[in-house]
Amino acid sequence: MARLSKDDVLRLAHLARIELSEEEVSEFLIELNEVLAYVQQLQSSDTEGIRETNQVNALTNVMRDDQLIDYGYPPSELLKNLPAVLDDQIQVKRMVE
Amino acid sequence: MQNDWPALSELAAAVKNGSSSAVALTRKALERIERQQPIYNATILTLSESALKRAEAIDKAIAEGQDPGVLAGVPFIAKDNFLVKNSETRAASNILSGFIAPYQASAINALEQAGAICVAKANMDAFAHGASTENSDFGVTKNPFDTTRVPGGSSGGSAAAVALGLAPFALGTDTGGSIRQPAAFCGVVGLKPTYGLVSRSGVIAMGSSLDCIGPITSSVEDAALVLEVMSGRDDLDSTTIESDPQGYANLKAPQLSKVRVAVIDEYLEQGLDQEVKDSLLKLIDKLKAAGAQVSHVSLPSTKLALACYYIITPAEVSSNLSRYDGIRYGYSDPSAKDLEQSYLNSRGKGFGKEAKRRIIIGTFVLSSGYYDAYYKKAMTVRTKLINEFDAAFKDYDYLIGPVAPTTAFKIGEKAKDPLQMYLADVMTVAANLAGIPAISLPNGFDTNGLPIGVQLMAARRNDRSLLGMAKVIEEVNNRA
Repeated sequence: MARLSKDDVLRLAHLARIELSEEEVSEFLIELNEVLAYVQQLQSSDTEGIRETNQVNALTNVMRDDQLIDYGYPPSELLKNLPAVLDDQIQVKRMVE
Repeated sequence: MQNDWPALSELAAAVKNGSSSAVALTRKALERIERQQPIYNATILTLSESALKRAEAIDKAIAEGQDPGVLAGVPFIAKDNFLVKNSETRAASNILSGFIAPYQASAINALEQAGAICVAKANMDAFAHGASTENSDFGVTKNPFDTTRVPGGSSGGSAAAVALGLAPFALGTDTGGSIRQPAAFCGVVGLKPTYGLVSRSGVIAMGSSLDCIGPITSSVEDAALVLEVMSGRDDLDSTTIESDPQGYANLKAPQLSKVRVAVIDEYLEQGLDQEVKDSLLKLIDKLKAAGAQVSHVSLPSTKLALACYYIITPAEVSSNLSRYDGIRYGYSDPSAKDLEQSYLNSRGKGFGKEAKRRIIIGTFVLSSGYYDAYYKKAMTVRTKLINEFDAAFKDYDYLIGPVAPTTAFKIGEKAKDPLQMYLADVMTVAANLAGIPAISLPNGFDTNGLPIGVQLMAARRNDRSLLGMAKVIEEVNNRA
């Protein structure tokens, strides 16, 4: 059974791009291991030969015509929610030195 | 404050025939919302200006001889994870502070096209993660029956709002019980339709293979009418299915002598409170006395449903919440020097603890080396569960059981223990995993005066039949 170490929690948090406080790391270490211990009971279920379900209504490849649809969202409105905009472009922090 | 609104159809009729008006109903709702706020905290945003403007337009249209629709002038409250155009939509999370919806949910569009008026946004567990509304970044909502207790969650604000009569109906979302459990805790009706029956477009995603939108109302009749207005195919959500050609609003009660009901055995075992169990058994006796056949059925995989759910949901949550990056919308940490630090800080400071827990668990179960043992395993157990439900619905028209193991718990009782909080969903998650419709109905009170709910389930796409039987249960209970 998998048990998370402190390093695992830090690594997973970094993969998910979440900065955790020291307090959160120690709290999560206990709580997440409790949750993983609980979900471990699934191993008792024999699923040999059974396929996964991704879509309960068994819908596949829902198609529509490849047409331009105007939903009436002007870019200026959509850009209003961006934390940083420069000349109608999305502005991000420096990526490379 | 009490829930004294007439049926939705009567309200709309009164607005249309001039004995009431959209403005009068809207003012009544807005006044009640303001009055409850300091006590119950059921809502986190009031839409006074836009609501009154819409109400005036509806009254004007009626005066000019137009018909604004089956919900003409009826006010409603939407859970804060529904995008309502030009208003702040935060899913009760600080990370979305200041986000003004540039478009709105298809469900809100449908209700507006039928003449309904959105008057406020309801409190909820942030991003719908929780079973008590305690995970809201805007403070807990208090239970209308006892202010030291939770209203349930995650649609706790919506359920409390209907119980308090703030508006005649409210919208909720149900990923693992988030409509049904708060409805049970607040003594109102909560419907989770078949997966895909109501478009998810414009609703902040949690677990996309499980999320359902549904009404919280005072009666089955009202729930059926709201479902009729919102349901059906939507080009903006390719998982949507056609609604029943016969509609939902014209409820048809089944003939009880022909109805086959079964109690799910496993739900009578798992730490079920004695009073909740007694209320279920009492209802079963009443149904039998009225002529229904009630048997027992075992669905062994329901015991694994919660474990299955707490793998699949965090997996989907971790993917859905990756869009909150501090770049596209919402909170962005101003102190970050580079892109990576901007992600880390914006998400670290913006998300609450429960969102972080779920994202980390989701990242784990989807990670290389653990994917098969956790995520894939859960997806196959999900298939087993679906097969068991499908088999049961060959023999029975309806399955019945409790909504939750207990009535409303105390504020703070489970807040420090995430696993205990997850267990509050133990009887509701199976319906989401199987995609079947389920409804929570009031079924008496415990000795503390807290409402008890009962849950009725039917096969996928049998929402119409489910509502018909729910109406029968409502009548059987009203007679007693």
